[in-house]
Amino acid sequence: MVRPLGILAGVGFVAILLFSALVGAISFISEPPAPTAEHEFHKHPKELHLASNGPLGRFDRQQLQRGFQVYKEVCSACHSLHQVAFRDLTGIGFTDPEVKAIASQWAIEVPSVNPETGEPATRKALPADKFPDPYANEVAARAANNNALPPDLSLMTKARHDGAAYIHSLLTGYQEQPAELLKKFPDSKTGVGLHYNPYFANLNIAMPPPLVAEGQVTYADGTKATVDQMAQDVAAFLVWTAEPKLENRHRTGVAVLIFLLIATTLGFLAYRNVWSGVKHGSRT
Amino acid sequence: MSFPWAKHYEPQNPLMKWVDDRLPLPRLVYNAVGAGYPVPRNLNYFWNFGVLAGLALVIQIVTGIVLAMHFAANGLVAFNSVEHIMRDVNQGWLLRYAHANGASMFFIVVYLHIFRGLFYGSYKAPREMVWLLGLVIFLLMMATAFMGYVLPWGQMSFWGAKVITGLFGAIPLVGPTIQEWLLGGFAPDNAALNRFFSLHYLLPFVIAGVIILHIWALHIPGSSNPTGVEVKGPQDTVPFHPYYTAKDGFGAGVFLIIFSLLLFFAPNALGHPDNYIPANPLSTPAHIVPEWYFWPFYAILRAFTVDIFGIPAKLLGVIAMFGSIILLFFLPWLDNSPVRSGNYRPRFKQFFWILVIDVLILGYCGGAPAAEPYVMISQIAAAYYFAHFLIILPLLAKLERTLPLPNSITDSVLGTPNAAPSAPAH
Repeated sequence: MVRPLGILAGVGFVAILLFSALVGAISFISEPPAPTAEHEFHKHPKELHLASNGPLGRFDRQQLQRGFQVYKEVCSACHSLHQVAFRDLTGIGFTDPEVKAIASQWAIEVPSVNPETGEPATRKALPADKFPDPYANEVAARAANNNALPPDLSLMTKARHDGAAYIHSLLTGYQEQPAELLKKFPDSKTGVGLHYNPYFANLNIAMPPPLVAEGQVTYADGTKATVDQMAQDVAAFLVWTAEPKLENRHRTGVAVLIFLLIATTLGFLAYRNVWSGVKHGSRT
Repeated sequence: MSFPWAKHYEPQNPLMKWVDDRLPLPRLVYNAVGAGYPVPRNLNYFWNFGVLAGLALVIQIVTGIVLAMHFAANGLVAFNSVEHIMRDVNQGWLLRYAHANGASMFFIVVYLHIFRGLFYGSYKAPREMVWLLGLVIFLLMMATAFMGYVLPWGQMSFWGAKVITGLFGAIPLVGPTIQEWLLGGFAPDNAALNRFFSLHYLLPFVIAGVIILHIWALHIPGSSNPTGVEVKGPQDTVPFHPYYTAKDGFGAGVFLIIFSLLLFFAPNALGHPDNYIPANPLSTPAHIVPEWYFWPFYAILRAFTVDIFGIPAKLLGVIAMFGSIILLFFLPWLDNSPVRSGNYRPRFKQFFWILVIDVLILGYCGGAPAAEPYVMISQIAAAYYFAHFLIILPLLAKLERTLPLPNSITDSVLGTPNAAPSAPAH
């Protein structure tokens, strides 16, 4: 009884599916999907080599500090970093007094309460505080940015495919809209308040080019602050903000693997030892 | 229940004897996974995956319990509490990555375990109950994994929850009501997050319970083996301990090495970047995809694009997706070929490998955007999936000329020629 019913159900499913495939194929041939500007002009991120790449990658702390400087002097005007605390900066090589100074001198103060009156107030940041948001709330952020919301950057390199390379390419990818694009897709002209960037998913990003001139940031370590250099440094910094335990993970992984390789080898020898004298390899 | 030549538990240690006389738990363990369980001597490495699935469940439960100590199941803070685990909890990153990748490892070994069962006919009499309980475990795993993926409350968590509960919304008349009831609201929110957390904590223990039944049912006929010929005498078996404990120990080492490579060096490779964006009900991701282990079923769901006789395509897709798993419950009766092992079924073997490739294609299409040519490919692949189980296997059982079986496991191992060629299967 099961088999005839099964065959019947099977024929039903197969018929519906093949019919659907046929309908799909006919409509695909008769009305092929129209090409879109996004599809033809979107670019994948350029390759980016960072010290933290690869299974044994380590952070280049000098670069992370430069990247932090770019975040502090450029990005932090609009972008929050609210998963990261000032105290975490010891992880990129700042000392405790330096962290304390960075926190207390941060341009934005931390929301607080006046201890006398209970009125809302602000106070200087402490190392234990997370980086304060540049805007009081989403409405304020949108109002200041042509109705676009600058996303939090804490996890940006993990929230995009090929995150660090994406950020580097995006920051250096601003350009004039290609004439070829406009010729082919006259309706796709970049709108007012938007900026053409082929690395952005829909090609038109609300963020104006943030890194525009060499020397926009003056590096303490004497590195020449080209736009490309600043973009690389801030990408490296954002790898750290997204995955501050990366080095710890790589180190632990190597130790665990060495242990497991030895243990598994011993396990294999034990297995061979136990089974010696018992023929068990099947002919099949 | 066991073979008459199974070793009997004789405690040497007076304490163990004292315990065993009052509560025969040591005896139970001895007979279940100790020297008291005789196992065919010719099992190959594909028989390692049952134990490995058990190991994966233990890893999930241990890491999960500790994660639950730090996680806050509330829509306002869930996302940040996961980041708190990643940043501020001692070894929290290890726990979370182990739990997330442990789920993937669990599914990898369970899929290999299922395909081993499919190839060697492990679902056939007298082991139907083992197969059925295994499918129950698989369904519970899918529910648990789905709800677990919702907990970090990222974009894919939210939209995944919305799409999957939306499947119940396709049921005629009562669908939308059922969806609201499941979610505790009109869209995934705090009510859904809290109940998913509660159930995500409960179901693994239900799985553990069904695993006990799965092993119990297995021990009635004993383990199957690559020849598919039943055990005939003591020379065909070895005691589970030390023979298979040693082999499973080695297997566990290999499992942990692969797990570690994933966990320590590519912990986000199998995840989706969008889940590092906090859930936002007002912003739909460009492509909503579930975790990779659901991709083949997701492809079947999306393969139905045309309404048939007034039945909406969405409902057909939901029926087919659940049907693709439900039909496995009937497999022991759909495939009634008396020969178990695919090694002695030349035609079956070819169709089996087509099925493996077919499921991989479905998986690829399920992870791809819902556009041509992926939809067309998944339609053809889904058609083969149903045809394989519902049409090809029942017919094959009638039509196939099977190869002669060895007389016994021992004969097969020692290469003794067949004393008498066995009759064709039908």
